[in-house]
This record gives sequence, structure tokens and C-alpha cells, in this order.
Amino acid sequence: MKVLTPRDERDALRLYRRNPDAFPLAGGTDLMVLWNAGLLNKKTILDLSGLRDWSRIRETPKGVWIGALATHAEIRTHPAIRERFPLLVDSCRTVGGRQIQNRGTLGGNIANASPAGDTFPALAVYAALVHTVSDNDRRVMPIDEIFAGVKKTHLKAGELIEGVELQTPPNPPSRWRFRKVGTRAAQAISKTVFAGQLWLGKDKVVDDVKLALGSVAPTVKRLRHVETHLTGRALDGKTIESALRLLPGDIHPIDDIRSTREYRLQVSRNLIRSFLMGR
Amino acid sequence: MIRFTVNAKTRTFSGPPFKRLIDVLREDFGLTGTKEGCSEGECGACSVLIDGKPVNSCLIPVCQINGAKIETVESLGVPEKLHPLQDSFLREGGTQCGICTPGMLMSAVAYLRAGGDASPEAIREQLAGNLCRCTGYQQIVDSVARALGTKPKTGSKAK
Ligand SMILES: Cc1cc2nc3c(=O)[nH]c(=O)nc-3n(C[C@H](O)[C@H](O)[C@H](O)COP(=O)(O)OP(=O)(O)OC[C@H]3O[C@@H](n4cnc5c(N)ncnc54)[C@H](O)[C@@H]3O)c2cc1C
Ligand code: FES
Ligand code: FES
Repeated sequence: MKVLTPRDERDALRLYRRNPDAFPLAGGTDLMVLWNAGLLNKKTILDLSGLRDWSRIRETPKGVWIGALATHAEIRTHPAIRERFPLLVDSCRTVGGRQIQNRGTLGGNIANASPAGDTFPALAVYAALVHTVSDNDRRVMPIDEIFAGVKKTHLKAGELIEGVELQTPPNPPSRWRFRKVGTRAAQAISKTVFAGQLWLGKDKVVDDVKLALGSVAPTVKRLRHVETHLTGRALDGKTIESALRLLPGDIHPIDDIRSTREYRLQVSRNLIRSFLMGR
Repeated sequence: MIRFTVNAKTRTFSGPPFKRLIDVLREDFGLTGTKEGCSEGECGACSVLIDGKPVNSCLIPVCQINGAKIETVESLGVPEKLHPLQDSFLREGGTQCGICTPGMLMSAVAYLRAGGDASPEAIREQLAGNLCRCTGYQQIVDSVARALGTKPKTGSKAK
């Protein structure tokens, strides 16, 4: 076990380029579980905790910047995020218990790329942009394009997540909701995670709608077919049901030890229906 | 060398940087009040405070605590003079086998200091990262509510 302890960003990126097999360490709530299970023996660790700037959350002209090392607890309690991005607050509140929220970071949550990552549906409906950096490059990727599969991202060797950019929507939504369905309210892996925002215009016509589901596919999914069907139509029972029939085109739920495909589809339909009906 | 404080006492450590905080506390400093349940972050038995915040000491390599302020259950009361939380855990039956208790107390003490709200829902959310296989939780919620100065409605002593 070798631990590299960079003091700043330049140092970190240089060390990571020279040691592309190193495991970046943020809050350790995922990585230390592997270490405790003996899976990191003889590996190299790149401890990011010295990169103070990377834990900052700050307001920008267009919205909010969340450094990769900001913890779930810091995000959950930040005034600007509470005011403008309540779905992210609600999702960070359900990540493990307080102990996990006090250590676990947003960058670690994304890089870990669990299909059940609780912040992803909220980030997806906010169209969050993930900023990455390496020794010779910077990139920006929409949250729903950074994931390559279960526990896989499109991060390249030597590349780190620097932070996440959120843009405040021009008008606040008429309605928003985050729901996590699991076996236990807190500290349980999600069976289905839902986040939605809805803008209603005159005569209940849908001006805009953004919906996302997690845990129902290898990666988080924006429900583009359902959203497109709803937009511009009056929000009534018939519209909702016809939109829901398009759901299998958006998500491809899996059968696994926790739940069946049919169960996941049904839960997803129920979550979307109750959100759209305002229940 | 890594330098930090444990219960207001300055400590240094120069062993392996990836030694877990729980092992440093128990093996190097003899502070065995902090317990290990799962080693996976699930049970919270190993909870300690770092800079006032509850964390799982089984998930923290000692290299990450340079300059930090650590508090363990040993910093609360002594048998002759219990901390108010320890006293209410005794009165309400908030402890049985006791394995979860040090972690419960550390999560609860952070909540008390933050001026936490005495509603059972808020207490349960605060303690969601601490598992107990004995009490069924109600007595623990009552204990914390008592320490917050509200008399629990469903005191376990009545049962
Ligand atoms: C008991 C328990 C309960 C949990 N509950 C939940 C839950 O309810 N919902 C949920 O979503 N998650 C949950 N988690 C998972 C975990 O806590 C989160 O994913 C957390 O956000 C991870 O962040 P971290 O900083 O601790 O990551 P780390 O463990 O430090 O790192 C995780 C991974 O990301 C990589 N990494 C970290 N930072 C960066 C970076 N800046 N750039 C590139 N790569 C990086 C690491 O190399 C590693 O592969 C739980 C974990 C535990 C132990
Ligand atoms: S031993 Fe650390 S959380 Fe269980
Ligand atoms: S008292 Fe035994 S686990 Fe809580």
C-alpha cells in the first residue's frame, strides 16, 4: 500500500499521470469498504483530501458550483442549494446515515457510478454538468453521459472529477419531487429513485417537464420519451397513461437479487403517475 | 508523522498511513470504548466525532485526520459523573448489550450540541446510521428526547 498525498491540484494531476493505476480517495465511504475487505492490498492510493479548493460550494452568475470534494452534508445544508436545487438536498439527505453524509462526497458518488447512486436522478433533471480535469485536458460532460455502465464511467486514466455545475432554471417549477424507494428509509440501497420537475402553464398545459429514474437501469435515465409526450399537452389522466406506456422505451430495468424487472417497472410507473397527478 | 487531538489531548502517529482510525484508537491509544460491528460503514458502532461531526471510524484511514479534533465516548462522562445523555440512556433503557451504545451516544451528542429537535422523526433521522439489534430503537429515541429536555410519551420503564 502506497499513499500519495498531493497538496494541490497541479500536484495531484501530475502524480495521477505518473501513477495511472492509483485509486483516488475522497471521503472513502466506498473505497474503505474495499480496503477493509482486503481488495486494495498493495495498491496505490491518491489521497485528494489535501485539495482544499475542491470542497468549495459557491454561487456563480448562472447557478451553483459544487466542488467534487463537497460532502453530502455540506450540500444538504448549503443555503443557495436549499433555495434553488431542493431535489439535490432531498437526495443527499437519503445517502446513508449522517456518518456517511459527513464523509461521502459528490465527486465520489459520481465516480463510483453505482446504478443506485441517489444523487444522479436529481442531478439529471437539473442537467448538471460534470467538469473533469487531467494533466493536459479539461472536459465537461452532462451527468447522464458520464456513466458507461454499472460502476463504470467515461473518465480516462489520470482524469479526476473537479466539480459539478448546476444552472438555475429561468422559472421555478410548479412542482418538484424526489422519492427513494428502498427497504428502509435511510441507509439502504435504493430499489428505485425518482426525481421530477414540472412546469404547468394555462389550462394545465405542460410547459416543460424533466423526469429521471435511478436504480432501474445500469445508469441513470432521463425519461425523454415520456417527457416529449407530455410537453404541450394538457395534463389529464389520459395523457399521463399514454405517456407511461412509453416508459419501457426510456428505461431497461433489470432482474436481480433485490427486485424483478416487472416490480421495478411498476414502481416506476407509480412514482411518475403520483408525481404528475400531484398526489 | 500525523498529528491530531483525541479528547483534547495531542497525539501523534507514525505507523502505516492506511491504518484505520478505529484501530489506532483501540490498539495504539487503548481507547476501547469505540466498538467495531461491521467494518462496512453500515452499523455506526464505531462512530466518533471528527471536528464535531459523527463519522464511522472504520472507514477513515489515519492519514486523513492530520490536524483534526477527534472525540470518542471516553470524553463523555465517568461513572461518578455521567454525561446527561448517558444518564438518560440508563433511565430509559436505551442500552441493553451495549455494543451500539458508544456510537449511539456520539451521534446523539452531536445532535444535542446542534440544538436538535426532540421530535421522534428528527431523532430517528439523526440516528439512522446507528443500528441496534437489542432495544428496538424506541428506548433509544426516548433517551435522546429525555436528554433534550422533553419527557418521552412512551417511556420504556412503564412497559
Ligand atoms: C453504509 C453505506 C451507505 C451508503 N448509502 C448510500 C446511499 O444511500 N446512496 C448512495 O448514493 N450512496 C451510498 N453509499 C455509497 C457512498 O457513500 C457514496 O457513493 C459516496 O458519495 C462516495 O463518496 P466518497 O467521497 O466517500 O468516495 P470514495 O470512497 O472516496 O471514492 C469512491 C470512488 O470514486 C473515486 N473518486 C473519488 N473522488 C473522485 C474524483 N474527484 N475524481 C475521480 N474519481 C474519484 C474513487 O477512486 C473511488 O473509486 C453508501 C456507502 C456506505 C458505506
Ligand atoms: S464498524 Fe464501522 S460502521 Fe460498523
Ligand atoms: S444494545 Fe445491543 S445492539 Fe444496541
